[in-house]
Amino acid sequence: MDSTRRAGGTRRDFLYLTAGAMGAVGVSSALWVLPNSMNPAADTLALASTEVDISKIQVGQAITAVWRGAPLFIRHRTPEEIAKERAVDWQSLRDPQKDEDSAVKAEWLIVKGVCTHLGCIPLGTKAGQPRGEYGGWICPCHGSQYDLSGRIRSGPAPKNLLVPPYTFVTDTLIRVG
Amino acid sequence: MASAGKKVKFDNPVVQWINDRLPIYSILHDQYGNFPTPRNFNYFWSFGAIAMAMLGIMIVTGVFLAMSYTPHTTLAFESIEHMMRDVNYGWLMRYTHMNGASFFFIAVYIHISRGLFYGSYRQPRELVWIFGVVIMLLMMVTAFMGYTLPWSQMSGWGVTVITSLFSAVPLIGDGLVTWLWGGFAVDNPTLNRFYALHFLLPFVICAVVFVHVWALHVSGSNNPTGVEPKSEKDVIPFNPYYTTKDSFGTVVFMIIFMAVVFFAPLVLADPAHFRQFDPMQTPPHIVPEWYFLPFYAILRAFTIDLNIPFTHIILLPAKLQGVIAMFSSILLLLFLPWLDTSPVRSAVYRPVYKWCLLLLLLAVCALTYAGSKPPEGMPLWFGIVGTFYYFLHFLVIVPVLGKYEKTLTPPASISESVEAGHE
Amino acid sequence: MNKGDCKIMKKTLSLFVFLITLALALPVRAAEDETLPHQHWQHKGILGVYDKAAVQRGFQVYKEVCSACHAMKFMSYRNLEKIGYTPDEVKAVAAQYTVTDGPNDEGEMFERPALPSDHFKSPFKNDKAARAANNGALPPDMSLLVKARDGGEDYIFSILTGFETPPADVQLMAGMNYNKYFPGHQIAMAKPLSDGQVSYADGTPNSLEQEARDVTQFLAWVSEPHMEQRKQMGIKVILFLLVFAGVMFNTNRKVWSKLH
Repeated sequence: MDSTRRAGGTRRDFLYLTAGAMGAVGVSSALWVLPNSMNPAADTLALASTEVDISKIQVGQAITAVWRGAPLFIRHRTPEEIAKERAVDWQSLRDPQKDEDSAVKAEWLIVKGVCTHLGCIPLGTKAGQPRGEYGGWICPCHGSQYDLSGRIRSGPAPKNLLVPPYTFVTDTLIRVG
Repeated sequence: MASAGKKVKFDNPVVQWINDRLPIYSILHDQYGNFPTPRNFNYFWSFGAIAMAMLGIMIVTGVFLAMSYTPHTTLAFESIEHMMRDVNYGWLMRYTHMNGASFFFIAVYIHISRGLFYGSYRQPRELVWIFGVVIMLLMMVTAFMGYTLPWSQMSGWGVTVITSLFSAVPLIGDGLVTWLWGGFAVDNPTLNRFYALHFLLPFVICAVVFVHVWALHVSGSNNPTGVEPKSEKDVIPFNPYYTTKDSFGTVVFMIIFMAVVFFAPLVLADPAHFRQFDPMQTPPHIVPEWYFLPFYAILRAFTIDLNIPFTHIILLPAKLQGVIAMFSSILLLLFLPWLDTSPVRSAVYRPVYKWCLLLLLLAVCALTYAGSKPPEGMPLWFGIVGTFYYFLHFLVIVPVLGKYEKTLTPPASISESVEAGHE
Repeated sequence: MNKGDCKIMKKTLSLFVFLITLALALPVRAAEDETLPHQHWQHKGILGVYDKAAVQRGFQVYKEVCSACHAMKFMSYRNLEKIGYTPDEVKAVAAQYTVTDGPNDEGEMFERPALPSDHFKSPFKNDKAARAANNGALPPDMSLLVKARDGGEDYIFSILTGFETPPADVQLMAGMNYNKYFPGHQIAMAKPLSDGQVSYADGTPNSLEQEARDVTQFLAWVSEPHMEQRKQMGIKVILFLLVFAGVMFNTNRKVWSKLH
């Protein structure tokens, strides 16, 4: 009598557990669909790579292109600028990075123009804008300064400017993303 | 939902701590855990829970759909196509929402029919019923406005036709319609305000549902016998008995709902839903969604202007008669608790009234059919006869039959009926 | 659960079935042309999937014939990967079109080859230009055509194959053509497809009927590109719910058995 009751109880517990678990699985997978819809849609993802023609950028000039809805800085560096950045003691920097690693072709520096502190757009791309002590970019929000390799040199930003994945399709055409 | 009486103790100290400050757990325990509920519910009683589940589904899918939707005449149709094609599982959310409206109405109409059959609207549950009718009205308005948002041919012309009804209002009619539209035709201002209201009203519905349930928990539930519980033997705690029973009912309902969403999502959709709104061209068949068809048929059942005899002075134009009849057909339900004069609550023990209710169901089916067809020939007659019976039922049969019908004797108590059922 | 419950449940279920049947019957109300011949489409039906080869051939028909007048504005070239084209093939298809982009830094609009992320290029600048070029008639956008027509695939196939010389008693209006399946029979579109209109690379015979069948399947896919995913997911969801319902049924019975 006692054992049958216990057996009945176990069966009931098992059913409760299964029912509860299935309910939880059902509801949570249904609810997963909804926030997942907030991820980038297929058309947004299709725009994730951009091709930029860099043939018209003179030595010493920089332009701003658009990549994934944010600015992309493309700078055509002078030999002096390259020499200066390659000479920097990069291991002592806040976010150590070799210039050779960020600029695949030494004369082209390509970085995402978004300050790694809180997302403002640093100044220094257009002629006449302040470029900070290190000759690269200075962020107008909290004064983070970057050098011409996109490395953080002073100010609150923790990281260097992001170097996006890019390839040279031809000598004058790059594909970013 | 005021909790009264002795305090419940909880094992979990966190729960106890919260409950001492905000007694939500006691309320849940009293109103859902331990709530004394008649022991003899059948599955028709699950449709309240099912309707609530549908309301939840409509709100969550709706909020996420809104994130991809643009309420502007030039972009609305396109933003929905973007949702259907590019947004992650956008098609699933949209088809769930689109068909969800129909299934919400299925659940609510069954819920209402249950109330009609078992006399759940009767004293002391008049307010429960009235709030229920208010919920249905709000649902209709919300569904109608949601119908506008895709800005398809069906949307645009549906809005044009239904809002134009208000032009039948004497004197201020035309001004009223212009005010509703925010212009001289259905256009961007109309779309914008309908979107705002379509987003708002579901939360108003939630509030009214809360009051509906609150009032229900004051009087307690009706049951198939229509006999109030008399002793402890008549009732059982809501949990676990009805939580599991309602859950089972809800899952079965979801099977049918999901089968439609995944395998026949367009079964209720007219092709005109997939053509962008063209204010210069009306599609050949303007048909409301199925859940409006009976009311639409009542609207169109009136075709003869009422003149002062032997003159051409129109007292009541046919259009106005239709509008009045359509709105009365719903508002009438508010008075049902006082129209019913029978000493017996449940139609189970009313042999004649049972048949009248069946006729009412047939009349509503006839009206649904009539509403889906152009108002001429046979469908028009279905509409006229259906309308006639609808009003006859509520205004004559319900009050008169209640007085003269020879009813059966309901069981003395719920437990007695349950025991009789077992033998 | 007692007997009464079971009976009520059966009744409830039959009511469901009734309501669903009613619901299924309702859309038929909408002027289904009885003369529209029914064709067999393999993508219809509960588990039907698109015939990818036919959809690809249909795209060729659309590209070479229909797209001269009919836009397909909700489609992008990248979508073609879903019917089996490789990214490079899609790129090549897109590059055949020139789209207007801009403004550039000088403030000018400029032309560039289309990219896979671009929407299908419309043949006309706007609806008015389309009407002006088509004798006042607007060739409808084809992105949703199958869903937007009563009869769906059957209707489109019938229109494409329904051009005839008008019966003697029919007076065609200027610029109109006779089509036995078009409501009113007078259609502004001239007979678009005929035997041998396109040549298929896969050697499929290019009869009028084959072309019409292929392009109809392409249009069906364009209208409902997620159909296959929807059906696959649906099977899983329904199976899950059936098992869940079984578990709930037993749980419920167990719970109620305590009472009796």
